[in-house]
Amino acid sequence: MSGKFVVGYDGSVSARRALEFAVDRARAQGGTIVLTHVLEWSPYSFLTPQELEERHARRKEEMTRAEKAIMTTVKAELDEAGIPNEVAIRYGNTAEILGRVAKEHNAVQIVIGRDGQSALGARVFGSVAGALVQTAPVPCTIVP
Amino acid sequence: MNRNVFSAALAAAGLALMSAPAFAQEQAVSLDEKVNQIFASSTGWFVNLIFSNFPGTTFPWIVAWLVIGATVFTLYFGFIQFRAVGHSIALVKGDYSDPNDAGEVSHFQALATALSGTVGLGNIAGVAVAVSIGGPGATFWMILAGLMGMASKFTECTLGVKYRNEYPDGRVSGGPMYYLTKGFAERGLPGGRILAVMFSIFCILGALGGGNMFQANQAHQQISGIVGAYPGWITGVIFAGVVFAVIVGGLKSIAKVTEKVVPFMGILYVGTALIIIAMNADQIGWAFGQIFEGAFTGLGVAGGMVGALIQGFKRAAFSNEAGVGSAAIAHSAVRTKEPITEGFVSLLEPFIDTVVVCTMTALVIIITGQLVAGPDGTYLLNEAGTAVQTIGGTSGVGLTSAAFGSAISWFPYVLAIAVVLFAFSTMISWSYYGLKAWTYLFGEGETKELVFKVIFCIFVVIGAAANLGPVIDFSDAAIFAMAVVNIIGLYFLMPIVKRELSSYMSRLKSGEIKKFT
Repeated sequence: MSGKFVVGYDGSVSARRALEFAVDRARAQGGTIVLTHVLEWSPYSFLTPQELEERHARRKEEMTRAEKAIMTTVKAELDEAGIPNEVAIRYGNTAEILGRVAKEHNAVQIVIGRDGQSALGARVFGSVAGALVQTAPVPCTIVP
Repeated sequence: MNRNVFSAALAAAGLALMSAPAFAQEQAVSLDEKVNQIFASSTGWFVNLIFSNFPGTTFPWIVAWLVIGATVFTLYFGFIQFRAVGHSIALVKGDYSDPNDAGEVSHFQALATALSGTVGLGNIAGVAVAVSIGGPGATFWMILAGLMGMASKFTECTLGVKYRNEYPDGRVSGGPMYYLTKGFAERGLPGGRILAVMFSIFCILGALGGGNMFQANQAHQQISGIVGAYPGWITGVIFAGVVFAVIVGGLKSIAKVTEKVVPFMGILYVGTALIIIAMNADQIGWAFGQIFEGAFTGLGVAGGMVGALIQGFKRAAFSNEAGVGSAAIAHSAVRTKEPITEGFVSLLEPFIDTVVVCTMTALVIIITGQLVAGPDGTYLLNEAGTAVQTIGGTSGVGLTSAAFGSAISWFPYVLAIAVVLFAFSTMISWSYYGLKAWTYLFGEGETKELVFKVIFCIFVVIGAAANLGPVIDFSDAAIFAMAVVNIIGLYFLMPIVKRELSSYMSRLKSGEIKKFT
């Protein structure tokens, strides 16, 4: 049975470790990697009128930039290694989006890395790993 | 031609910035007075035209114009402001937003931005003016005008989104000048272009008046009320410098900080007002009694019941800008397939602005007993007979500050910060509205836009230096002039909104439009 692995990828070293972990599992099972990049965004933030006017244009730019960055690097590597993969670039809250992408793709697992945030930092700003553990619709692996 | 305008504007800016300090060292006060004189004499005719009364009465035609407009929209759309509130809130929460549109302008963001342009000094200073001239009864008419104004806002913001421009580079903007032009053309009506040009001219004046000078003026009054009197141009130059840094220098960080702090300040303001009202809970019944009684008798206030009504309507219109058309500019960038959804969202704006925030200010002023009443229960007038006597002889933002200060002694300091931030965020919003009108008239282009921005900054200085009287009159006149043109346009375009409304409502009922999640 070939399953899909949703990997939260933001280009950091820890995300890289998570990806490697997922690639090993996917290779063993003949699974697919769903590379997910989340652009942190809240529909309840405050913008100036000028920013409202330019928002649509900015969003396009951000999407293109993110796509380019991921397509040319990670996706190219996966393709070369012969790992079947898909890319999802979304706006929103990271943990929420990872959960949603996992549901949409019928994934078997979500894999993310963690930076080893301090306890205080996590308490104040919240941590993706913490939120995901509470809300993930499928099993979740956090790669240290 | 444009280069001439530009160099003239720059020269004037330089003159204002350089000569003012040297000049003022010797005669600081007389410079202020000079600005006042020039200001009053050059704008007086415009103010008189807008605020002239119906022949043989003391009723300004412009107030009637706004009230009739709001009533027509309320009836035409079948009291939409009461029918649609639940749906409006669902839209703001994002229940109907496509998750794939995340990262685009949400309903909440459009509403919040429009609100930060309207919630400002009108709610703090304007209400104090209304209550001191029109007595507590002005509050009643203000709330009524706020409720009616929701229908005007609904109409204009729907049109703003429907006829906005989506430029090839991805920018999205709109406003009355565009719906007047495109909407009239679509209906085959003549004159849309003329109305749009007139609107743009008044919008530029309104941006310089109510969106700029009034704000600078009241901010100065509040600061000098705390640190002691000092010449207005000092505040003006500092404000102008910061505004310049943001709108010309593109210093986004300042705007970002303001946009984040302003909503917090708004909540703090309403929260404090609620605490003061709760502290005087036994007076609430009495205060509402005063408001209702004053609304129909005037309670001996200058101008009686009509005076209360005029003040209430005027201040409500100035505060929530319903029918003025400015909000349509801010709302038009929202991401939605249905223009009418932004109409639903925008009708919350006058409610929050006027029915909630303005009423808080009025209640605090009344409950803390700032207005001096005689032994027979009617209010005493000041020496000139133009307004109700207040305890410290204060008016405008000073009156609000005194009212809050009488209950919580340190609150005037918080209020000063709030006033400065409100003034600043309103200026940023209006500099944008003015700029959009300017580019409609003169076309887009960096130099052309810079000319407007420099003029805008010069007017900050003038506003801070001028007396409240001429500034507030001119602010009102310019903003109301926008409403004259805009409401004419809305009358002709409202069938389009009605069509959108019935189509949307039937699809909502049939389940074709449904909630995501």
